[in-house]
Amino acid sequence: MTTTAVVTGLGVAAPNGLGTEEFWKATLAGESGLGPVTRFDAGGYPSRIAGEVPGYVAEEHIPSRLMPQTDHMTRLALTAAEWALADAGLDSAGLDSAGLPEYGVGVVTSASGGAVEFGQRELENLWSKGKEYVSAYQSFAWFYAVNTGQISIRHKLRGPSGVLLTEQAGGIDALGQARRHIRKGVPAVVSGGVDAALCPWGWVPQIASGLMSTVNDPDRAYLPFSSDAAGYVPGEGGAILVVEDPESAHRRGAARVYGHLAGYAATLDPAPDSGRPPALRRAVENALADAGITPADVDVVLADASGVPDLDRAEAEALTALFGPRGVLVTAPKTMTGRLLAGGAALDVATALLALRDGVVPPTVNVAAPAPDQQLDLVTEAREADLRTALVLARGYGGFNAALVVRRAD
Amino acid sequence: MTTTTTTTVTLADLTRMLRESAGEEEGVDLDGDVIDTPFMELGYDSLALLQVIGEIQREYGIEIPDDAVVDAETPGALLALINSGGATAA
Amino acid sequence: MRRVAITGLGVVAPGGVGVKEYWDLLTSGRTATRRITFYDPSPFRSQVAAECDFDPRAAGLSPQEIRRLDRAAQFAVVSTREALADSGLDTSALDPGRIGTSLGSAVGCTTSLEREYVVVSDGGRLWNVDHTYAVPELYQHFVPSSMAAEVGREAGAEGPAAVVSTGCTSGLDSLGHAVELIREGTADVMIAGATEAPISPITSACFDAIHATTPRNDTPESACRPFDRTRSGLVLGEGAAILVLEELESARRRGAHIYAEIAGFASRCNAFHMTGLKPDGHEMAAAIDAVLAEARLAPDTVDYVNAHGSGTKMNDRHETGAFKRSLGEHAYRTPVSSIKSMIGHSLGAIGSLEIAACALAMEHSVLPPTANLHEPDPELDLDYIPLTAREHTTDVVLSVGSGFGGFQSAMVLARPERSAP
Repeated sequence: MTTTAVVTGLGVAAPNGLGTEEFWKATLAGESGLGPVTRFDAGGYPSRIAGEVPGYVAEEHIPSRLMPQTDHMTRLALTAAEWALADAGLDSAGLDSAGLPEYGVGVVTSASGGAVEFGQRELENLWSKGKEYVSAYQSFAWFYAVNTGQISIRHKLRGPSGVLLTEQAGGIDALGQARRHIRKGVPAVVSGGVDAALCPWGWVPQIASGLMSTVNDPDRAYLPFSSDAAGYVPGEGGAILVVEDPESAHRRGAARVYGHLAGYAATLDPAPDSGRPPALRRAVENALADAGITPADVDVVLADASGVPDLDRAEAEALTALFGPRGVLVTAPKTMTGRLLAGGAALDVATALLALRDGVVPPTVNVAAPAPDQQLDLVTEAREADLRTALVLARGYGGFNAALVVRRAD
Repeated sequence: MTTTTTTTVTLADLTRMLRESAGEEEGVDLDGDVIDTPFMELGYDSLALLQVIGEIQREYGIEIPDDAVVDAETPGALLALINSGGATAA
Repeated sequence: MRRVAITGLGVVAPGGVGVKEYWDLLTSGRTATRRITFYDPSPFRSQVAAECDFDPRAAGLSPQEIRRLDRAAQFAVVSTREALADSGLDTSALDPGRIGTSLGSAVGCTTSLEREYVVVSDGGRLWNVDHTYAVPELYQHFVPSSMAAEVGREAGAEGPAAVVSTGCTSGLDSLGHAVELIREGTADVMIAGATEAPISPITSACFDAIHATTPRNDTPESACRPFDRTRSGLVLGEGAAILVLEELESARRRGAHIYAEIAGFASRCNAFHMTGLKPDGHEMAAAIDAVLAEARLAPDTVDYVNAHGSGTKMNDRHETGAFKRSLGEHAYRTPVSSIKSMIGHSLGAIGSLEIAACALAMEHSVLPPTANLHEPDPELDLDYIPLTAREHTTDVVLSVGSGFGGFQSAMVLARPERSAP
């Protein structure tokens, strides 16, 4: 058996719930967080639906000194990290008493477009007023490494750290990297992804991608695997997880183990004109092999669920090839949050861990049934089941594929 | 043309701008007697000072020399530098 | 344990395109820093940069590639082609799933993003930027992970791919990531390195705002002065270096030319400040200690240190302290230099450019100098190889980096026969 890593703490900021249990309750109830954009005036754009994190008052979570130097994205990330560490019993007192070595805790997060709202404000300052108006914090506040850096500094975490960018696959790749660090002897890594790009300068590039839904009804905009699939809806938020070496977690008396990160793999699709098949299937095969299991051992798949018809079809084909037609339960709880860029896959891993813990598959909402050519056993209402192993899939723009096998703690 | 200014920036102006541009450290009372308290003890690093100096330059239309960040270790020293003509009209 | 060899190099750097031009510049002691020509630098406090004279057509890119790719991605693709050719590796004969991609970049496609921002915002006037003016490539620029996909496709790679973005340590960390993937058995070949093209008004403005870049505008060619008493800040640079990394035994079996083994990599965070460094260099020293332990090399085996040497007083003292802490008395006998004195600081790319320079130094038994070092800082008492390259045989080379966010990284190259696993 490959050495695994365990998850001992969760922190969630999602469009359908701020905080792990709020999110989980809403998710099981099928409550969606999608709605008209309120964070900026989207009235002039063809796409106007998003998943916004509700009820987040930054001043309640973020010290005053950090406010002028952080974007909304980083504030959400800091909040989720604080919750995850507290959940793991590793708040500052817990970290002091855990007996971990000096460089025993690292931070690895994913990012996609950086802290875009902060960046847009400073670009505007530069181009409309002049360079004297650019913030001294711009040099780091917008960039891709900001969440890792700020989490490290706030919690005094000095272990091996990093930032991986694979667009929507990033949340899994960050956790895969955390697992690598654990295998190399680092006791704990704070990992995952939290992202936000709900501002005009984060919106317009997504419009340019041509993949965003222009159906402006929150219940009809994002319908992955459906015959009516019309693209994706963006959201903000994500999850931060505390990943630990199982023995170290046991030694320090960790209060709970949500589950194991049992297998991980990533691949890159070949060029579309190469004549070679997409590489998602191979990512799954490698992740299953890494976990030492076969497709028959997988109880549920949390799909990437792009919402773009061609991409949905490709994912359905990969799943059918591996598991057989309607051969495994498939769900896409992100129909309730939208696609969270670098945060989405980390949130799906948190969701998978909660599903394993409670023995219930969260639903895919708004999709009545998959398109006839996509032979998936799609779970459209929360369903109790004896779940031991979940497979989480994610794909990033440009051909990135990532697969993570999550096993129940027992 | 560069001219010496007669700008007067008060401690109250400075603390207001510090709050706006760099926030306020927990446990520090900026309304207390802070004129000779080093910025470091008030929880402000060089980035915070650069940010607030930028603020002052924009609000008052003056130019404060680069060295101010290093040389002015307290609010009093920074105000003295600004108000004594160490800054020039931008 | 599986070991990792460098078998191919490709470089785009200030002073020239290609490995040969790069090495010529570094060993001549010339510098490639100059007054910024890409835009009018006169509003800025710092008006100097190390720009690449890069003609994408001459470098072999097609018109569509030129349109599609940000300047940083263009550097990366051109460097990848050179590195693959240099390695002599026939990637089409390999299982594509065993070839991975790891590309470092701190600020991604920032040049293209700023250019397009100016258009869609109509010169900064519109907060609700106008989507009808968005170019089709805008999303690719928005997510710099797209650059890793471009590099991967150049090599027909279908294994793991990612952009590693840890500020100014990105270029070391991306190579470290690649080494790990080969060692753990996930990949046999990695196309790894880093790219950056940050010379753009927004970058000038944000480094101005924190006084990070030098205001020495009157003598651009000697503006970057690491370890010199008169140093006054970093000089922005740009460029890319891509390395072909292979599992050592398979590289030997195919008779590949091996520049060096990457014998270790380690990183730490200072958890101290997003831009500041602790003067004692404690965490950088910890990274150096860890990398030497991983490589099973004693501190006194280090023959050369390629410094971060960014040209700030804070950095010079920080890393000099770290070298002494980790290497002890041996630090005083070990030549140290900063090639940033010649090619500037290309942020996320520089770590890979520096490792390429280290590999070339081992290859040619010549150490690149620290240019512009006329008046040594009296508080810095190591051998910083002032002004002229030095003939020196090296078996073990250490390279370090510090990045915004608090990252401290260290990598060791060694002759494969020198470092017994």
